[in-house]
Amino acid sequence: MSWAAALALLDVPLSSVFTGWIDYIGANWDQFLTLLRGHLVMVGIGELLAILIAVPAGILATRDPRLARIIENLGAVAQTIPALGVIALTFTFLGLGKRPTILAITIYALFPILKNTVAGIQNVEEADVRAGRGMGMTNVQRLRRIELPLALPVIFAGIRTSTVLCVGVAYIGVFVGAGGLGTWIQAGLTTVNYDVMLAGAIPGALTVIAFDRGFSVLEGMVTPEGVSRDTTEGGAAA
Amino acid sequence: MYPPLTILGDTLTWLVENQQSVIEQTIQHLNVSLTSVGIALVLWVPLGLFLHEHDEFAPPVIGTAGMILTLPSLALLPLLIPIVGIGVAPAVVALVLYSALPMIRNTYTGLEEVDESMVRAGRGLGMTDRELLFKVKIPMALPVIFAGIRQAAVLVIGITTIAAFFGAGGLGESIFAGIRLDFPRQVLGATIVVSVIAIATDYGLLAVQRALPGGSEAT
Repeated sequence: MSWAAALALLDVPLSSVFTGWIDYIGANWDQFLTLLRGHLVMVGIGELLAILIAVPAGILATRDPRLARIIENLGAVAQTIPALGVIALTFTFLGLGKRPTILAITIYALFPILKNTVAGIQNVEEADVRAGRGMGMTNVQRLRRIELPLALPVIFAGIRTSTVLCVGVAYIGVFVGAGGLGTWIQAGLTTVNYDVMLAGAIPGALTVIAFDRGFSVLEGMVTPEGVSRDTTEGGAAA
Repeated sequence: MYPPLTILGDTLTWLVENQQSVIEQTIQHLNVSLTSVGIALVLWVPLGLFLHEHDEFAPPVIGTAGMILTLPSLALLPLLIPIVGIGVAPAVVALVLYSALPMIRNTYTGLEEVDESMVRAGRGLGMTDRELLFKVKIPMALPVIFAGIRQAAVLVIGITTIAAFFGAGGLGESIFAGIRLDFPRQVLGATIVVSVIAIATDYGLLAVQRALPGGSEAT
């Protein structure tokens, strides 16, 4: 039985709550694409910067246990600061626009990746590393050919968590004039129009679910054969 | 735009000058957060217990809770508004939903990871299933369950900030007003207060968790 038939049976009019937002997106297709593109560009740039900073920093941190502990504690504190607060902070120094949001995304994405990079490399079996040493590998070779491949699934889980988180942070960017899908949520709320609000909310929710599923497939692909998938649980709302 | 030291001074001045409204918003903020954590506690910890008894439901329930947690708050709240209206109600519903993963997962895994030999010792003493649960498993799992509650509480305090946009009140109001009026010291002041509350909650509950029997190892 289709949705429409089920609702007709219950004598519920096919109210605009269920379809109005789709109509709104259809009627404003160009604007929708602009907002979605803006949203994804912010997530993409912010996330990429975070990966470029966090993965090398995480590798460096594993060379020194004290540094690893500092990063772990710092990361725990950074994660407790609300996303709106991080955006508010970057906004204070960068003003309105996409730039403060991208910076906030980078800052927010940094720690899940950093944490997982450190954890991933530290969890590599000591025996595997020693086997490499026994084969006459240099430090760099061991890192590239043993530690990183074995840590990759965990690092990837960190990237997945942070990407999902950042779609949410990009939403909040609307308050500092960054555009993105949050634009319609704000517009819908100020005009008390649920269709507009849902047109902003639902595509973002679907994007998050798609990213989460997509990344978990990729995660399976980068997991070396013979390594059980023991990745840290992801997910945190922003 | 601003020299950092000046803005820090300005922020402190703002906090002192507006302590009345800051305190009011802090109380509102804590009210929304605590209500949500309280309701979540009553719902999700028993659900975790249930999942421990009925393993087959664990993957779908924990999976769903994980999916909910990934939803952006600015997307989830508007979805709830047509159903429960505006104000504190959608905020509390959203926050309760967000608490699901940490609480359910930690209750479930905490109970699952109780040392099998302990359970067998209890059984050997002639304990019933009920006694085993309340006298052996739950006390043993308590630090892990508590860690889940702590994670949820910190999460909830942060997201409450955004709920202010949908009329839930709290310190988010100052942040939003500050952004609108381009008044950085207000934005910073309120952000600092929220962050301090979140960090204090994290460390405070961590201290309680460490004080629990066997709590020093759980994270």
